[in-house]
Amino acid sequence: MQRVITARDSGRVVCRTCSLVAPENQVRCARCKERLKSRDMQSLQKVWAWLIVGLIAYIPANTYPMLLTTQGFRTEESTIIGGVIDLFDHGAYSVAAIVFVASIVIPVGKFVVIGYLAILTARRHRTDPHRLLYLHEVVEFIGRWSMIDVFVVAILTALVQFDVLATINPGIAAVCFALSVVFTMLAAQSFDSRQIWDRLEDGANHG
Amino acid sequence: MRLAYADGHMNADMGEASDVVGCPVCDAVYRLRPELSQRATRCPRCGYRITFGKTAALAWLVSLSATNVALLAMVVFLPFLELRAGQFDNAASVIDVVLGFSSGIMVPLALAVLAFILLLPLSRFLLLLYALGPIALGRRNFPNAARALRYAFVLKPWAMAEIFMVGVAVALVKLADLATIAIGPAFWIFALIVILNAYQDTLMCRHTLWTALTCNE
Repeated sequence: MQRVITARDSGRVVCRTCSLVAPENQVRCARCKERLKSRDMQSLQKVWAWLIVGLIAYIPANTYPMLLTTQGFRTEESTIIGGVIDLFDHGAYSVAAIVFVASIVIPVGKFVVIGYLAILTARRHRTDPHRLLYLHEVVEFIGRWSMIDVFVVAILTALVQFDVLATINPGIAAVCFALSVVFTMLAAQSFDSRQIWDRLEDGANHG
Repeated sequence: MRLAYADGHMNADMGEASDVVGCPVCDAVYRLRPELSQRATRCPRCGYRITFGKTAALAWLVSLSATNVALLAMVVFLPFLELRAGQFDNAASVIDVVLGFSSGIMVPLALAVLAFILLLPLSRFLLLLYALGPIALGRRNFPNAARALRYAFVLKPWAMAEIFMVGVAVALVKLADLATIAIGPAFWIFALIVILNAYQDTLMCRHTLWTALTCNE
């Protein structure tokens, strides 16, 4: 494959919203008024900051109850994992799997993958950039799907309000979980994908 | 300096021509010939989709946005789901779903859910109408149309209507043995919005839209 010229090599900046090319020192894109930056030097700091807050919010999201179910005069509290186990016991295996994937596998996977990308792009590397880019794309795409659990709690709360018979109320974990999802989405968005290519050592696989 | 064409050919000169585009993902710069932008092209280096290869999609995009706004307005007022257990009966609209969180510390969460499932999808459709509507109608752009289009792209990951529908499905299974559930008209309308929205996203080619917007100034 032939050599590719980057915008930075030729003293220019690419607008990340509309892909118009502008001179290096221009502050805002002429077409869409997006702020232009050749490289976001604070990108890794931002990634780590959002990731750590997301991780902190994820702890109470798992230890505190997500749902408060009152039947008769007895209130039952269920955590994320508790909800998955309940669904499994009821024989709703596929739904239990959806909830498990959305609220355990995806968030934990995101923490690991974003951390991996941040560590790797902070130094010179020889890893195939296409693979890293693919990981980043997957993380950005999949992150929003964790919100499923929060929406489930909202729907259950709205529907099950039968005073004495049964009521469902949201637990504090719902707030923490929603915050955790938002923070990790911000972490994924702060990542500057151009740095994956910048720190690629010569002779590495250009695909 | 020599610049590569997106289809792999080399070009001798590099002026600041309007067909010079950069890849927002990996920073590569190359030329995109007008006839190439009518087809699906990918960044030669990282594989990011530069153009989707759908011409005349703009009118579709605008009409889908208008349809979605109308459907969302209906969703708000119609019953979404209804739950019956014995003589107890409880119908909930989408607004009720949001209000379920509206006490004490949960208020911010209620606002977030309201934004994710109604306000952000709605603002996205309105922004697209504002930015691209005049082009489809053959008029001049509204002021700040470019800003509106940019925000439409920024909002995309935060509009979560389709995720909400999966949440509804999970909730239905959880409630299945507790009570009988009737599905209201708003449910089907919302499902339709999700499908139309997915189709609309396949038409959202940044290159085509931004070129159309600039040419219409």
